[in-house]
Amino acid sequence: MQRSSTSERGPLWRDPAVRALVIQAVLLLALLGFIAMIVSNTLSNLEARGITTGFGFLQERAGFSIPQTLIEYSGDSSYARTFVVGLLNTLLVSAMGIVAATIIGFAVGIARLSSNWLMAKLAAAYVEIFRNIPLLVQILFWYFAVLQALPSPRQSMSLFEAFFLNVRGLVVPAPEPLPGFSATLWALLLAVVAVVALTIYARRLQTRTGKALPVFRLGALILIGLPLLVFLLTGQPLEWEIPAMAGFNFQGGVTVIPELVALWLALSIYTASFIAEIVRSGIQSVPKGQTEAAKAISLPGDVTLRKIVIPQAMRVIVPQLTSQYLNLTKNSSLATAIGYPDLVAVFAGTALNQTGQAIEIVAITMAVYLVISLVVSALMNLYNARTLLKER
Amino acid sequence: MTTRTEMIEARRPPDMRRGAVGWLRANLFNGPLNSVVSVITMVLLAMMLWPMAKWALIDADWLGSTREACTGEGACWVFISARFETIIYGFYPDPERWRVDIVLAMLTLLVAWLAIPRLPAKRWVGAFALVGFPIVAYVLLIGGHFGLEVVPTREWGGLMLTLTVATVGIVGSLPIGVVLALGRRSQMPLVRSLCVVFIEFWRGVPLITVLFMASVMLPLFVPTEVEFDKLLRALIGIMFFWSAYMAEVVRGGLQAIPSGQEEAAKALGLGYWRRMGLIVLPQALKLVIPGIVNTFIALFKDTSLVLIIGLFDLLAIIRAGLTDSNWLGFATEGYVFAALMFWVFCFSMSRYSQYIERRLHTGH
Repeated sequence: MQRSSTSERGPLWRDPAVRALVIQAVLLLALLGFIAMIVSNTLSNLEARGITTGFGFLQERAGFSIPQTLIEYSGDSSYARTFVVGLLNTLLVSAMGIVAATIIGFAVGIARLSSNWLMAKLAAAYVEIFRNIPLLVQILFWYFAVLQALPSPRQSMSLFEAFFLNVRGLVVPAPEPLPGFSATLWALLLAVVAVVALTIYARRLQTRTGKALPVFRLGALILIGLPLLVFLLTGQPLEWEIPAMAGFNFQGGVTVIPELVALWLALSIYTASFIAEIVRSGIQSVPKGQTEAAKAISLPGDVTLRKIVIPQAMRVIVPQLTSQYLNLTKNSSLATAIGYPDLVAVFAGTALNQTGQAIEIVAITMAVYLVISLVVSALMNLYNARTLLKER
Repeated sequence: MTTRTEMIEARRPPDMRRGAVGWLRANLFNGPLNSVVSVITMVLLAMMLWPMAKWALIDADWLGSTREACTGEGACWVFISARFETIIYGFYPDPERWRVDIVLAMLTLLVAWLAIPRLPAKRWVGAFALVGFPIVAYVLLIGGHFGLEVVPTREWGGLMLTLTVATVGIVGSLPIGVVLALGRRSQMPLVRSLCVVFIEFWRGVPLITVLFMASVMLPLFVPTEVEFDKLLRALIGIMFFWSAYMAEVVRGGLQAIPSGQEEAAKALGLGYWRRMGLIVLPQALKLVIPGIVNTFIALFKDTSLVLIIGLFDLLAIIRAGLTDSNWLGFATEGYVFAALMFWVFCFSMSRYSQYIERRLHTGH
């Protein structure tokens, strides 16, 4: 029996393909209409307020100073320069926070799995306390309740008469390179290259012959030994400038502003509580059979840990760890609450208030974070694809 | 022949593997290294906890209502108790505070009803919580109807504002998140790419910049004659921001449902919305309740960020109290109390999420 296909398919609006097309067309029209409405509203609003749009303001003189700058900056610098200073400050506190949070987080995460009851419970208490208190509260607590309660520069707390902590921040000795110090830096670079080469060579050697080189010890020796040797041979061309009281404040040394210390402490402690949980679940995700199988083929304990447990735990840990690093970077924008001059504080804060270029500045600020997020997630996807469980 | 008529009494185990001593040996002093670690930890803990307890409890001042009550070396909780009403209600006018009380009581009741698994009629209570309650709360809190005096949102504050922001964020972001998650799995390329862009955009930027955008850019987007409330602007930003996170959680649940479920529903002739509403979503959402609660916790913690755009939530009210010239120098008390308040809410939510997780794991 033959039927014509048209009568079989029924009316047109029952055809999923047609329906999908219509729905998407309507959606597209609605979206375009919405965008057009917003654009026309915005334009008429801007006109009413007398704001000119465009990125020309970036070249104008900013006219305000910033307490912490990693590059040269003064009130005469342009808004574009302000943006770079803020971005660098954001990256600085994020990098410092990531290092500290990783160390604390791994320590606490491993302590949670300790056979020592007290250690395990202490680590659990750390996690439960710090991840359930808003980061903003923690930042304000460190800044206003702890650091603002420190003594004045005259009564500074000091460590070895070289490090000083007072209400104006942390003063540390500043390294002063003398001529000839660059040789040490070059030696360090050379050592890094040598270690990378050694790792690659050792891996090839092991695949070919089965012989394993003590890569870790050799690498550590090269990495520390070579620069140290050059440093000593060139006559130790580095001096430390020790800070000293002069009048009402310290002269010399580097002053780490209290805003940075507070933000850094809060970010590291808060993020570490999440990293600890990630590390714990990562280690627990490696099945017991893996360790037992390693024991059965009589691998030593440290090799089991290094070659069996950690690589498998890392597959679970790394993606979540990266997303915590991203969170930390995004959370560093809370700096604006205590006046640490990060991107949001100086650019989306002061610069926005001065110029009134709300749309441009908020868009640039958001774009910066968006680019960081997207780049890191793209890298993460690559890593995931590489370490994906290969099922055969 | 002798016959015993009594049993020999059972002897105690010969070693110290039981009781308090046994527990200590097994958990704290198994091996020399662990013993050293335990002792050092105990000493450090005592050195830390004792001054803290001394400051917060033993030497603290509890009674009184003025600055003069603060005498001791320890904390002065009078700072908190003197402004406790403000911390709860903000600047909500005194004679109208019964309205806040009613809404808070309703909220507590609804949350408790939904959280306790044994109570019946979850569906109807849930529907009321999502639809009916917001309307009632809106009418009561804002006023302007039924002879209630209008209370503008700039007079809201304290815990009441924090709970308002959190509740609106939760109630708003969940449905939007579900729709986004469904859209991200749609067959239609335009719908899918729109949802992906929307989700990835909000997830890529910090909440602060979203709040900045809501407070400085949103007024530019609407016609000049529309007056946009500051609180409403913040709420819109928070809702969109968290709906993106919610969408990713829900998507995880949707991916965990075997496609056979949807195919079976298709075979029965159910349309898309019925397939999703009756078959897929109920299973998917149940699977990700812990994830949803974790998002709620994150949302609740981040309500404190509205301080930065000048709303007086719980944290901002306490912070404002610190600048009171009669009460200078109580920053530690203020922030410890704020931390405690937030901690109680977040910790109970996280415990609840763990409890639900255990309950859902009974099947295997």
